[in-house]
Amino acid sequence: MSTLLEVSGVSVSFDGFRAINNLSFQITKTEMRAIIGPNGAGKTTFMDIVTGKTKPDEGYILWGDKNISLLGMSEARIAREGIGRKFQKPTVFEDQTVQENLLMSLKNPRGPFRVLFYKPRPSDLERVEALAVEIGLSGELQRKSGELSHGQKQWLEIGMLLAQEPRLLLVDEPAAGMTPAEREHTTSILVEAAKTRAVVVVEHDMEFVRRLGCKVTVLHEGSVLAEGSLDHVTANQDVIDVYLGR
Amino acid sequence: MQNSFLMRTPSTLIFLALLAVFTIIVTALSEGLGLGLVSTSLVKTLGKTLCLGLVALSMDLVWGYAGILSLGHFAFFGMGGYMIGMWLMYERTRDIVVHSLADAPIPSTAQEISDAIGNQIFGVVGSAEFPLIWAFADSLFLQLLLVVLVPGVLALVFGWLAFRSRVAGVYLSILTQAMTLALSLYLFQNDSGLRGNNGLSGLQNLPGFSDVPQSLVSLWFLWGSALALGLGYLVAAWVVSGKFGSVLRGIRDNEARVRFLGYSVENYKLVLFTGTACMAGIAGALYYPQAGIINPAEIAPIASIYLAVWVAIGGRGRLYGAVIGAAFVSLLSSWFTGGRAPDIVLGSFALKWVDWWLIALGLSFVLVTLYAPKGIGGLFDLISNRTSPNRHGADLGPDAGALREQEANE
Repeated sequence: MSTLLEVSGVSVSFDGFRAINNLSFQITKTEMRAIIGPNGAGKTTFMDIVTGKTKPDEGYILWGDKNISLLGMSEARIAREGIGRKFQKPTVFEDQTVQENLLMSLKNPRGPFRVLFYKPRPSDLERVEALAVEIGLSGELQRKSGELSHGQKQWLEIGMLLAQEPRLLLVDEPAAGMTPAEREHTTSILVEAAKTRAVVVVEHDMEFVRRLGCKVTVLHEGSVLAEGSLDHVTANQDVIDVYLGR
Repeated sequence: MQNSFLMRTPSTLIFLALLAVFTIIVTALSEGLGLGLVSTSLVKTLGKTLCLGLVALSMDLVWGYAGILSLGHFAFFGMGGYMIGMWLMYERTRDIVVHSLADAPIPSTAQEISDAIGNQIFGVVGSAEFPLIWAFADSLFLQLLLVVLVPGVLALVFGWLAFRSRVAGVYLSILTQAMTLALSLYLFQNDSGLRGNNGLSGLQNLPGFSDVPQSLVSLWFLWGSALALGLGYLVAAWVVSGKFGSVLRGIRDNEARVRFLGYSVENYKLVLFTGTACMAGIAGALYYPQAGIINPAEIAPIASIYLAVWVAIGGRGRLYGAVIGAAFVSLLSSWFTGGRAPDIVLGSFALKWVDWWLIALGLSFVLVTLYAPKGIGGLFDLISNRTSPNRHGADLGPDAGALREQEANE
């Protein structure tokens, strides 16, 4: 299995506080990975670094088959390279319909002038339709996304990510605030997505992580504490001390 | 394709129809071609109002759709006015000079004519030389090109610097204010090459049409302004109707999200800022020949703030709202400040509108912002029942579970 993303020796500090400390992390092309860790372990900062929002002080990040460096690229450029990110709080464009949200996210040229003269092709509309079915919103395409429920918004955002056809999906607490039935659906969407691409899920909820049934990376104070199956890491004494013990 | 776009936005058709009807009625009642019920000065005021509608449209695109509160768009409007003003003033002065020199015993050389024109135009600022920026003033075509290019390039350079450094929000507003202030202070100087605080005047006289009465010229400009507003509206409606509009509204509502979708937010802002600056330039080029004079006070910082007030009162984020706001507030403003509004006598105190209008305007701006953020345009929602989800800030969030908004309110 070849590596899709390689984060190596990355550190970043904010006002002297070391949020990420010599972090190394790898993920292969079709893999589901859960990242857990207590508050302040650097989970969100890790995502910020990979997506270009935060520039690391040292270390390097290599991407794809050609091992290009992601450092120095803008957020938009990194997104176009194939890294999609879902925020913790559902962030969809509330003033626009579900269809508009999805059309905007579809993998198409992103330049201002190309977009200005863009007309949705039949294949685009079909793709939107198919995505809507996948995320369980096929009946809601013409509704404004602000009217959707919390869970539906989360799905819409995941759908927007899938529409981008990313090779790596970074998902921040997808199950927060969801009902059990909604969690189940979310799990199946993510598991399905991980068959064709890499998915990284940041999650607090152990039950949800267990259901994903994937390799787990435990972060603590900005570096990797343990890695392996959920049962493996939960048996690790260090992990119990810093995380589960509390 | 064009059809389907118009079908999807019925407000565009209604707007264009109303604009056409308005123009025809004013023409039919004008002194120039109609019954003479509408005076030439009123025709000019109405024509100018249409130009203000056009610049308000550009402001609405920038602020209402993309959320960039530019407080400098009137500078672009003024630049457009200056560019057309240079040609108008040069040509008209040349007409006069050639005419008067024709009686001289010896035919005058081209150099003498040029010197005489320079003396006529710049004598007022103690100079007779043509500054470099007047190099193209004898060519209508080139000056018309500059009407678009000068505001466009200014906006491009300014926008590139500002957006690239991710200046946004109130900082950007302050920066645009600084830009328009710097520009107007520069133009106030006598050696700026644009006649300092005298500005350019006599712009209402069209060179080559000196025998055409103003009553007719005013109508030409009314038609021109209506055409420009109609076309501008059409372009703006088309721009915001498609995916480009989707991205713009996305930038307004959540810039970071748009960025993580792979759109280069900075480029979009730059394209929009520059495009609307060109639009404002065109509006200015039609406005100032009707006003007859342009001077640096026109692009003072307050002018751009007024522009924002018009759009806010009219209702930002909808195109007709901006035009209604500009027309309504500017017409009302000229009525109140023109001394024609009756004073309100309260015992021994008389409320004079000339003094109090600005306070009333400021108060209504505050009230509209607080209590009717949709502005006048929001009234149309009562007819068409357009509703937008109102969950900003009041996130139903995890606690309320999977309830939809209506369910949660019950």
